[in-house]
Amino acid sequence: MSRHSPDFHPALRALHWLMAAAVLAMLFIGVGMVSTTGTAYVTLLALHRPLGIAILLLVLLRLPLRIMTGAPALPDDLPRIQKRAAVASHILLYLAMAGMPFIGWAMLSAGGYPVLLTKSMALPAILPRDLALYAFLRQAHTVVALLFFALILAHLSAALMHGLIRRDGVLRSMTVGHRRAGVSPKQDDADD
Amino acid sequence: MPLKKRASSGAFALIGAIVVLLVGAFAWAAGWIGPRRISGGDVTRALEYNGGGSKPGYRRAHAKGLCFTGSFTANGAGSALSDASIFKSGRYPVIGRFSVAGGNPLASDGRNVFHSMALVLKSPDGQEWRLAMDHTPIFPVADIASFIALQRASKPDPATGKPDPAAMKPFLAAHPEVKAFQDYMAKAVLPGSFATATYYSINAFRFTGDRDVTRFVRWQFEPEASGPGLDKKHLELLPRDYLFNEMIARTAKVPSRWHLKLVVANPADVTDKATVAWTGPHRTIDAGTLAIDAVQSEEAGACRDVNFDPTILPPGIALSDDPLLAARSKAYSSSFTRRASEGAHPSAVGQDLTKERAR
Repeated sequence: MSRHSPDFHPALRALHWLMAAAVLAMLFIGVGMVSTTGTAYVTLLALHRPLGIAILLLVLLRLPLRIMTGAPALPDDLPRIQKRAAVASHILLYLAMAGMPFIGWAMLSAGGYPVLLTKSMALPAILPRDLALYAFLRQAHTVVALLFFALILAHLSAALMHGLIRRDGVLRSMTVGHRRAGVSPKQDDADD
Repeated sequence: MPLKKRASSGAFALIGAIVVLLVGAFAWAAGWIGPRRISGGDVTRALEYNGGGSKPGYRRAHAKGLCFTGSFTANGAGSALSDASIFKSGRYPVIGRFSVAGGNPLASDGRNVFHSMALVLKSPDGQEWRLAMDHTPIFPVADIASFIALQRASKPDPATGKPDPAAMKPFLAAHPEVKAFQDYMAKAVLPGSFATATYYSINAFRFTGDRDVTRFVRWQFEPEASGPGLDKKHLELLPRDYLFNEMIARTAKVPSRWHLKLVVANPADVTDKATVAWTGPHRTIDAGTLAIDAVQSEEAGACRDVNFDPTILPPGIALSDDPLLAARSKAYSSSFTRRASEGAHPSAVGQDLTKERAR
């Protein structure tokens, strides 16, 4: 669904940047904790699970908002292939954001681990104990994380291309927004 | 929209630099670049090396085991030290596993006499406590780098079954802390049964009870049953599954019981090194009784697919400053993930049962 305003809804922009920080932190925490037998392992693990569930809750808030408020149209002169890549990459980003916490939760369930958010708060298991399933999900958690990071790099590069090279207002639509021309609050045009 | 060529090449460089910076930081976080870290895989590889190769489908340490079920009856006294629900008066179901150390699931009990007991204690409110204990109050090494070095140095020579002195000597010279453990083992009676061994927490933990007072605690399960120790001079004469079959036969007749003794640290006690014993008088609380009334092969029981990670703790018990705990957690996890992907294989006890049935 496209949107009349040239910018994403302000709430969606806030969620985007909050989640950008959370997801990047999560990916760094994840690869960091599995790399070490040092005390950082337990410290990072204690952060990893509640942050993962926080991301899941945020994406469950964000996805309906995104569907309801839509996205501003991409510039007319953008090649069709790039428009399609933009749409596809956004779908994949949403899938990864929602998928990673679910894979993690399912993986711990299949491994028979308690899914501890805090010392005293645990989530129920969403799968029965099954070691083969655990092994598969554990592998998937790593593979999807690495693909997710690659996707974020591509997304960031594309956003910066729009902002620094094409200067077509696409980056602005997710940051500060477009200045409104004139005094009429109904007027909603881009000024780029 | 005309592109300004000079500006855009600067912009391209900036975007490239940002991507390279992020990839570099990610690689550093993952340990792909930068200082060498000891990973869980380093530990499992050292254990496999010590055991003469990997045994797919089994735990990388304590591979030979027997499942059991029973109950823990708390008398309420433990609540003086910890808020954990498991210490409140009541009876709680228990699953667990007896094992001997080493990576060989079919090892002979005479060659491998290091007893261990692992437990999962759950209270009805969903709290869970996993314990992995040994029959020695102290551990040979205090950190994971030394543990890996120990595995490499103490690889048994297939001919003698003993470590190569040429490898052990420099290791012991570099690790004087191992002497306490060696001295203990030289003196200690080797329990003649899983049921007559005392099982120790190995590491210290932090217990937090009412008024939020936190104390360092080590614990031990002390057996009610007693019996003669193994004859250390003739261990090689023991049948392959002697300890396991003894426990199966014993449990068919009578349940085995242990008292959970919580030992509170004195101010001078070392809490971050499992190599150092706590000596002298200590405040000790008997928190309740563990009763084991049934044993099962790993094929039939509930213990095989459990990672007895000693860092899975209820509220009221937390990790101490002992760095071995994080290392145990990560190494157990790496072992668990490896065997999960390899699929389970028959246990020694399971093999015995299959042979018996075929007769």
